[in-house]
Amino acid sequence: MGEFAVELRDVVKKFITPEGSELAAVNHVTMQIRHGEFFSMLGSSGCGKTTTLRMIAGFEWPTEGEIYIDGVAMGHTPPYQRTVNTVFQSYALFQHMNVFQNVAFGLEMEGVSKDETKKRVGRALEMVQLTGMDRRFPKQLSGGQQQRVALARALVKTPKVLLLDEPLGALDLKLRKEMQLELKALQQELGITFIYVTHDQEEALTMSDRIAVMSLGRVLQMGPAVEIYERPTSRFVADFIGESNFLEGKVKSVSGDQAVVVIPAWNEDLTGIAMTQVKVGDDVAVSIRPEKIRLTEDARIKENCIEGSVVSSTYIGSDTHVYLDVRGQRVKVWEQNRISTLDPRAYYQKGQKVWLSLMMENTLVLPRD
Amino acid sequence: MSEKKPPVWLRVYTFIAYLYIYIPILILIIFSFNTMKLNVRWQGFTLSWYNVLFHDSQVLLATRNTLIIAFVSTIVATIIGTLAALAMQRYHFPGYNASETVMYIPIVIPEVVMGIALLVFFVMIKFTLGLVTIALSHIAFNIPFVALVVRARLHGYDKSIDEAAMDLGANEMTTFWRVTLPTIMPGVLSGALLAFTLSLDDYVITYFTAGPGSTTLPLRVFSMVRFMVTPEVNALSTIWVLIVFIVLLIGQIAQSRRA
Repeated sequence: MGEFAVELRDVVKKFITPEGSELAAVNHVTMQIRHGEFFSMLGSSGCGKTTTLRMIAGFEWPTEGEIYIDGVAMGHTPPYQRTVNTVFQSYALFQHMNVFQNVAFGLEMEGVSKDETKKRVGRALEMVQLTGMDRRFPKQLSGGQQQRVALARALVKTPKVLLLDEPLGALDLKLRKEMQLELKALQQELGITFIYVTHDQEEALTMSDRIAVMSLGRVLQMGPAVEIYERPTSRFVADFIGESNFLEGKVKSVSGDQAVVVIPAWNEDLTGIAMTQVKVGDDVAVSIRPEKIRLTEDARIKENCIEGSVVSSTYIGSDTHVYLDVRGQRVKVWEQNRISTLDPRAYYQKGQKVWLSLMMENTLVLPRD
Repeated sequence: MSEKKPPVWLRVYTFIAYLYIYIPILILIIFSFNTMKLNVRWQGFTLSWYNVLFHDSQVLLATRNTLIIAFVSTIVATIIGTLAALAMQRYHFPGYNASETVMYIPIVIPEVVMGIALLVFFVMIKFTLGLVTIALSHIAFNIPFVALVVRARLHGYDKSIDEAAMDLGANEMTTFWRVTLPTIMPGVLSGALLAFTLSLDDYVITYFTAGPGSTTLPLRVFSMVRFMVTPEVNALSTIWVLIVFIVLLIGQIAQSRRA
């Protein structure tokens, strides 16, 4: 058994565009995916996540670099000789075969006996809760059921790694949420490595052990959900995952992992935690999540405390989204509605003066990119 | 879909439109059972013309020729046309647009022109005219029709089903036979049916490329009716219409089963 389930070493994939120029869809990507891990590649369309997945599956070959599956270099190994299986975004079910035949196809290719096939297909269909649907054809199934057939068809092969290309993209929100939990439970039960491609950050945060955030063919940051959200190392990641307020400034002094940043727009200094190595004089962006800012009637703490006025306030049930004007800068703050009341004053009103406390540990200093 | 019934006038109109198309053929069928040798008025019922037909050795020979040519040209044209359509679907190569356009030109070229061209070509390369030249010509004009029909069917073909098959352990060959071909089969069958019927009743191109002893049914019928249309020709036409009708029916059933 290799050290990693899948490893990519400095992988590059170049395509020739219709205009004839070269485009690196995947640009020097290195990642190590551990055995039994739920690993997600997250990014907007065109970031290279699907191309990376297709290279692991064997549908595309890297222009440079090497992909290892369970420690074995893949080179130009065709898909049918790899120990990985794929669940496609379009499900890609065989329309001329019924559910049983679809799921049995992979076993038939391996030359598994009839009895054994019957047993394993039965178990796979049970796993995705489709028992009794064997004789149905894909056209007779709902989107969610087709999705389950696609899943069973891949899982019946007991792959070492399951590749999932936005498998829930075509389902409605409620079903998607259900399937997210089911997929996660299934992955933990089977202990198979899942490599999951999605553009939905919430989906990635909910299910993954680790996430690789990708943009323009590169991996910007890789780590557990909490690390990606709480300790982004770039402005792009802080912006792409969740929401954030950004202020531009210059580093004034550094001590340990703390940095004092001059914010010219406010004519004020903010103390925050440096996410990367910074030195005095660096141009930086300060990022503060909207739910991590406290609003108070009066200035409670001296450091990182600043007055602003409410521009608008939106009640959305669990939270109130407050947009403020702070010395000419727009700042958004999510306030949790902890007290049940109909008093409009509890939900902030236009023109109201409030103090924002920006705690040092919530103030992240990021390189400006 | 609305289940509304059309108004009466629309139904009457539709009925008349169908009559317009089918009355001549109906009359032809009726007169094939007429005892009178001239197609002018109804005299009495007989099956004797069918008897005459089945003992007409020249008609039988022409039938045999026609069927051989239709089967051979359909099979070969279907294979080549389907492969061409698949290649156009799958690959983009230099000269792609040109090759696609050139592929469909034979459909719009006047048949007479194509017939003369083929004749000149066969004479030039000193190829003896006969069944082989007719079959080769039918293959040539059938390929674009098959390619066109299969290509239409391939439009929107999800190539990830081929990838899924390979992902599940099937090599390229197995993927083609087990997944690609069954998926496009309705299109291939429609293409084959079209090719078969086109070959069956082709007159112009066959006329130019036929040699001694390779007379086909359309050629035979034309020579039979040179002076007058006999009930024997009516009987032959009736059987012909019946066969084409059955072939189309089989095609329809095959199509609706798939869908």
